[in-house]
Amino acid sequence: MVPITTFHYLVVAAALFVLGVIGMLTRRNVVIMLMSIELILNAVNLNLVAFSRMWGRLDGQVFAIFIVVDAAAEAAVGLGILIAFFRNKETTNVDEIDLLKW
Amino acid sequence: MLFLNHIYLLPLFPAFGAAIMLFFGRRLQKTTVSAVCVGVIVLAFVFACFTVVDYTHFAHGTGRPFEKIVYTWLGSGDGHLNFTKRDGTLAALNADAGFLLDPLSSIWLLFVTGVGMLIHIYSTGYMAHEGGYYRFFGYMNLFMFSMLTLILANNYILLFVGWEGVGLCSYLLIGFYFHRHSASTAANKAFIVNRIGDAGFILGALTLVWYLGSFRFVEINALARSGQFAIGDHVLTAAALLLFLGACGKSAQVPLYVWLPDAMEGPTPVSALIHAATMVTAGVYMVARSNAVFMLAPTAMKTVAIVGALTAVFAASIGLVQNDIKRVLAYSTVSQLGYMFLALGVGAFAAGVFHVFTHAFFKALLFLGSGSVIHAMSGEQDMRHMGDLRRRIPTTHWTMLIATLAIAGIFPFAGFFSKDEILWQTWTSEGGAYRILWFVGYGTALMTTFYMFRLMYLTFYSPSRMTHEVEHHVHESPKSMTVPLVILAICSIGAGWLSWPHSLGGSARFEKFLEPVFARQAVVLVEEGKSAQLAAGEKEAEHTDKTEYFLMFLSLAAAAVGYGMARSSYNKAAKDYTEPIAVKAPPLYTVLYNKWFVDEGYDYVFTGRRKVGDIRLGALGAGEAASWFDAKVIDGVVNDAGWVTRTVATISTWWDKWIIDGLGVNGPAILARMISYPARLFEWGLVQWYALVMIAGLLGFGMYYVWK
Repeated sequence: MVPITTFHYLVVAAALFVLGVIGMLTRRNVVIMLMSIELILNAVNLNLVAFSRMWGRLDGQVFAIFIVVDAAAEAAVGLGILIAFFRNKETTNVDEIDLLKW
Repeated sequence: MLFLNHIYLLPLFPAFGAAIMLFFGRRLQKTTVSAVCVGVIVLAFVFACFTVVDYTHFAHGTGRPFEKIVYTWLGSGDGHLNFTKRDGTLAALNADAGFLLDPLSSIWLLFVTGVGMLIHIYSTGYMAHEGGYYRFFGYMNLFMFSMLTLILANNYILLFVGWEGVGLCSYLLIGFYFHRHSASTAANKAFIVNRIGDAGFILGALTLVWYLGSFRFVEINALARSGQFAIGDHVLTAAALLLFLGACGKSAQVPLYVWLPDAMEGPTPVSALIHAATMVTAGVYMVARSNAVFMLAPTAMKTVAIVGALTAVFAASIGLVQNDIKRVLAYSTVSQLGYMFLALGVGAFAAGVFHVFTHAFFKALLFLGSGSVIHAMSGEQDMRHMGDLRRRIPTTHWTMLIATLAIAGIFPFAGFFSKDEILWQTWTSEGGAYRILWFVGYGTALMTTFYMFRLMYLTFYSPSRMTHEVEHHVHESPKSMTVPLVILAICSIGAGWLSWPHSLGGSARFEKFLEPVFARQAVVLVEEGKSAQLAAGEKEAEHTDKTEYFLMFLSLAAAAVGYGMARSSYNKAAKDYTEPIAVKAPPLYTVLYNKWFVDEGYDYVFTGRRKVGDIRLGALGAGEAASWFDAKVIDGVVNDAGWVTRTVATISTWWDKWIIDGLGVNGPAILARMISYPARLFEWGLVQWYALVMIAGLLGFGMYYVWK
């Protein structure tokens, strides 16, 4: 059996990150896009905690708490924007937001 | 002495007449005009006679001049017009209203007032039917005033005042019939040609004052005769030549004679008075007055003699073929004036003055006689249409015959004595240096006789060529015209007897009278070792030379030959007679008839009225050249400057528009726009696309560091 090193955590975090990115980039639904952004943030969190464990310092974990707070605020704002958007367009298709084009 | 002291009144008599005509003439009757104007001249003549008598008592034969200065008109004693003479000393510029009477001016005074009086009387008859009667007499009186001022002046400046005045009156009187274009043109010509001479006169007078320090004749003569100046002195020669130029203009010598024939446009009494007896003699008077200066300038004297002789023969040649009776007389006048200057030039001043004196009588008589003929012919002046007038106008005929005999130099008429004296002096002067000029003078005498008798034959003796109209009206002139003719005829006979030469047993009183004026004291030479000249009077030695008789005989022979030739050619001149010269030598006839084309020559060279090919010479040509220069060269420069400015402006504009604005200002803007066009294509407005770009950038960034 292979011991679980920090590397494995990083891989998982990277996978989560990539999934989040792809989700953000390709999903049509705004809600799903926001969920993907949360996924990215959580992947970063995981990264930070893994490195905290590796070095044996608490800085990473403290920073992770910050990011959680930040993610929460951002989600609130993002949902606010989503509701404003829905009121205007009656749809959750992100492709419909294209007014600021050339 | 009463008359001498009031000599200033002499010019004032005719001035008064002129003034009356100026202010009141228009309203006066013809008889009043005649009475006033002729009366003042008669008064002047009488006064002049008494004045000359007074003078002879004053001078007692010494010939000392009587000078009366009325006031100093230019400059004064306080020296505010001082100037520096040539030799550096200071002199005062003074010109007075002063009068000088000496033998020379007394002779001029007598014949000017005498002949003037006769001509004024004649004019009352001649101009009786003309308009502008008061104007005519006003101008004539003004002329007499100017002429008397000229004669009696004691300095060059006052003489010049008179000189200009007679020129002005000549202009006014030649152009008397001003509505005729030919008359006004002739008046202009006379005045302008005269002016050319006047320039010479003024320069001469100023040279004299700059060199000698005074304008007054008495002072100049004293200085010139004092022996200070060498014979041949350059400044005095220049002054003499300039003065002679003035005389050429006034007395119609070559090349300034051209105005005199044209001056015949004026009424005949004008031609008689001004252009025969008085004004044209002013040049001779002035040269005679300046004899002291001339004697110091042999070059000038030679010039005077040569010009005089040349003029004499030149004018006589033209007079041979003219058809207008007055023109023949005009050229005759020019020719006789040439004789006078010839005399002055060879040093025979008294002979020249004597010829002026006799010439005044017979030339005035010829002109007045021709006026009488013209009057009889109802205005016809062309001799080709005259003839057979001998019995019809006898008084005119006889007086003109007498005058013709006088001018031809037939003994014992006046012209014989004076002309012969001139020819004799020419032959002997300076030991025979001027002999060639004698031949010229002799030839002229021959021609003179010929053309004068031609005139007589064509007018009086030949068969009639008159039109019937004219022939019916032929009548003798009134007494007012014929009486002066008779008086002048008597003078033409007797005037010569005043200077009966020694060789014929006389005492030459006229010349003796003039001796003090022309006496030359021994002039000491400063340089060039020439021997001192002796007194002039001795030229006419008391013993007679046999040659003189021979020359007299030759002159009479010439007169006879001339008479014979004229008679044979013109005695039977019927309707279509031919000129002998035209038959024998047609080209010569053409040249003479066209006055040697001198007027045309002047037209080409000096006035520029006619072009030579494409170019215009003379005054008008200078104007054209100046105008061409201004239009082509000066305006060309201006135009070119303008063109340069415009071109620079064009380049500047182009630079500003295309380079500065185009590249400098618009360039970056265009560049920005060119880049922005593709760039904005990236703005689709899709959030996910923006996110993708962001991730791509992030990836790139990361890759860069991984691969580093």
